[in-house]
Amino acid sequence: MPEKSVRHTKPIPIPPVAASAKEPVLPLRINGKAYFHNGDSDMPLLWYLRDVLRLTGTKFGCGIGYCGACTVLVDGKAQRACITPVKALSGHEVTTIEGLAGNADLHPLQQAWIEEDVAQCGYCQAGQIMAAADLLRSNPHPSDEDIGKIANLCRCGTYPRIRLAIKRAADVMAKK
Amino acid sequence: MSIDLSRRKFLYVAAAASGALLVGWRVVRAQQALPYLGAREEAQALGPFIRIEKDGDVIIGARATEIGQGVKTSLPMLIAEELDVDWSRVRVEQLPYGYIDTEKGPSNKYGDQGAGGSDNIPSAWTELRQAGATARALLVQAAATKWDVSADRLHTAAGFVIAPDGRKLGYGELVEAAAALDPPKEPAPLKKSEQFTIIGKPAKTVDARDIVTGGAQFGVDAYLADALIAVILRCPHLDGGIESIDDAEARKVPGVKDVFVMPGPKPDEPIDGVLATGIVVLAENTWAALKGREKLKVAWKAGPWEAESTAALATKANELLDKNTDGIKVRKDGDFAKLYKSAVMKLEARYEMPFLAHATMEPPGALIHIEKDKALLIASMQQPGGASQMISTLTGIPRKDIEIRLTRSGGGFGRRLKNDFVAEAVLIAQKANGKPVKLLWTRDDDLQHDFYRPFGVHALSAGLDKKKNVVAWSHRCAATPRPYRDSGMKTTPAYVGCIEPDDFPAGLVANLDKTFFPVASGMPRGWWRGPIHTFHAFAVQSFIDEIAIATKQDAVQLRLNLLGEPRKLKYEGSDSFDTGRLAGVLQLAADKIGWKDKRNDGHGLGIACHFTFGGYAAHAFEVSVEGKELRIHRAVCAVDVGLPVNPLGLEAQMMGGTIDGISTALNLAITVKDGQVQQRNFPDYPLLRMAQAPQSVEVHIVQSGEAPSGAGEIGIPSAAPALANAIYAATTVRVRKLPMLAELMRLL
Repeated sequence: MPEKSVRHTKPIPIPPVAASAKEPVLPLRINGKAYFHNGDSDMPLLWYLRDVLRLTGTKFGCGIGYCGACTVLVDGKAQRACITPVKALSGHEVTTIEGLAGNADLHPLQQAWIEEDVAQCGYCQAGQIMAAADLLRSNPHPSDEDIGKIANLCRCGTYPRIRLAIKRAADVMAKK
Repeated sequence: MSIDLSRRKFLYVAAAASGALLVGWRVVRAQQALPYLGAREEAQALGPFIRIEKDGDVIIGARATEIGQGVKTSLPMLIAEELDVDWSRVRVEQLPYGYIDTEKGPSNKYGDQGAGGSDNIPSAWTELRQAGATARALLVQAAATKWDVSADRLHTAAGFVIAPDGRKLGYGELVEAAAALDPPKEPAPLKKSEQFTIIGKPAKTVDARDIVTGGAQFGVDAYLADALIAVILRCPHLDGGIESIDDAEARKVPGVKDVFVMPGPKPDEPIDGVLATGIVVLAENTWAALKGREKLKVAWKAGPWEAESTAALATKANELLDKNTDGIKVRKDGDFAKLYKSAVMKLEARYEMPFLAHATMEPPGALIHIEKDKALLIASMQQPGGASQMISTLTGIPRKDIEIRLTRSGGGFGRRLKNDFVAEAVLIAQKANGKPVKLLWTRDDDLQHDFYRPFGVHALSAGLDKKKNVVAWSHRCAATPRPYRDSGMKTTPAYVGCIEPDDFPAGLVANLDKTFFPVASGMPRGWWRGPIHTFHAFAVQSFIDEIAIATKQDAVQLRLNLLGEPRKLKYEGSDSFDTGRLAGVLQLAADKIGWKDKRNDGHGLGIACHFTFGGYAAHAFEVSVEGKELRIHRAVCAVDVGLPVNPLGLEAQMMGGTIDGISTALNLAITVKDGQVQQRNFPDYPLLRMAQAPQSVEVHIVQSGEAPSGAGEIGIPSAAPALANAIYAATTVRVRKLPMLAELMRLL
């Protein structure tokens, strides 16, 4: 067996990217922490999360806000990080998959995703979970039709188990 | 550690620095391997898979690349079973690519690490269980020595060696002693299937927690300090080039470090590395790279394929089929022409299947660091061995000095059998002044520059006698050949990848012809999940349905009649196609959907079945078409892949395969016009969304005792024809062209 492989998902200190003296420092709140971005304020949140903060749970899929792999919560609402410039986020609270559970070990959706063994390749699942979190926030008892409004793409075809996991999480959350 | 290459096959055991036990098999060459290992010719070396910590924790290495097919869970299950440990105490770690030099040449200490051909489970079935059994034997021997009892009086359970008097020692306590022992001379016996405690029991994805918390690493998630990000603007013309570039604005984007041309292969050269000519933008971060690329002004030079279009390819294919001369004979049984001529009833139909892109959710890409005498690659791949070879060829760095770390892949579907993106990353890294380079493909890049599933028109003809028996069968296929400018396929016949000689009903209809007509095209072609079978089965299983309807026979019974008595037929060189097992899944799917129950509410039932890669599947759907809306009320899938190693994973593969099959058949096509691919992003290539997919897929698994086959591909082929057959039953409209939904709406 090799040495335990080095993870690259943890933030690594790196110099500011695309720094420009003209750009003012932009305050951001992500997963309850304060960050100050001093690069291009047009940079989509997706690349700020990934390239700068190394929060790589939010995925790149299409770059046009269509597939939902990059879904995050902005003030609790699902938003596509790939088409949201960081400058639009000042004063808002961003939650990514890494911060979804808050102080808990796992969010009920994350637990349900494990229980239902939803993931195949797993790439789209963080986005699916964030979309489901928004759904359950506004609609704690979604019907099948309501669940079907989640428009995130899954290439592996995990939709039936996504449905089961959302219902399971909704049940757990209702009992709390 | 002793490595004695004079011995045919041997185990090596070594104590690692941590005191952990390493056990693995080494097979020098298959022809030299002892027969009990079941090693194939391509099997080379097996390395260490097991680490038993002193505290009893068991860590099992996962050797194959995980692309969503579940092998990071199922392969370690094979080892854990024979090691006889508690699965809940096993931690699985992804192994890196295990290249080693031996006196006999290049080898791999872990064996087969690629993903393709649904081969991971069959190739590992004996090898990995043997690795587990051998480790277990050493632990038992260590306990026997310690207690001074005969090893054959001891048994094991859940990570303990147990003596007849009830004394127990944990594996962790035996590690050091076991590591010092000589390997057994004879292979340790394997369990009987009724002794299994892990194989056959549902196991959840080992990475589930990492996936749902955002911590699982995919290729695109790998970063190295100081890495530059690269994107490429590739020429949209097939085999086109560059007339002129104005990169002044691109270079002004803050963070852009360099802009340069990367030439693609010339039109007559193999496409073994880079796929297309492009302009590389190298930047400090992804956003700068993308912005820089946006600012490039390029005048492209058209290639030699400007006349190519999907419409022209279809015309050409149909002309070749009409002319019916100079075809390549693929298979000829009996005398089709004679029997067809004298047939009481004749049927003919043509089916058209488009190019397809793989559209993995994680687009291709690679992170690479090339130094003077070594290299590091981290990427989502299906063929790490090919990547290792490619890096070595391009850089001159010996393969042993190339480190390749494997990650989860955000889908594979055959796209990552190619390593063009690795070649690109290498060539960029060579211009990056020693810095690591992270190459990103966007969705446009991915859909526009793929190795597409071949385009083809399949013409089927059947002649029936007066008892409605099929006595003559012809399958002619005019398609863009799968072998295309691929050095590895120089001697591969043109038909391979487009028409399958041994597919049903070959061997079951006495007079049978299969013929192939190559259609020239500049579109790069590759393997797409379940390769030939996804379109081959659509043609065959749709046509069977057409025969049943035309002759007023039951579509299930007609198939059962053709399959006849259970027996084994030759399939790709071995007697591997069991007609009884195919009939079994067909009957199971029919029973579960309620095939015999009349539907009179506008609902239609359709069914289809298929055999490939050692597995058998059947699909049955219940659908209705209301106005312009197709509704799938029920989706049933029956599968027989032998002994199900992980039933939960198998069910997932069948659900996913079914939905992939439906999604693709309904809406997906890559089209070409004026020598350019027309699709750019998901809106043009609309994968099924949750609301459009069946709410559930009812998967029924045959509890078989046969050796297991892989399940990554068998879930797809019969889905599309079963759906088309159901649509016919509901509407009496026969869809013979994919994608299905647009064609259905045109015909309605």
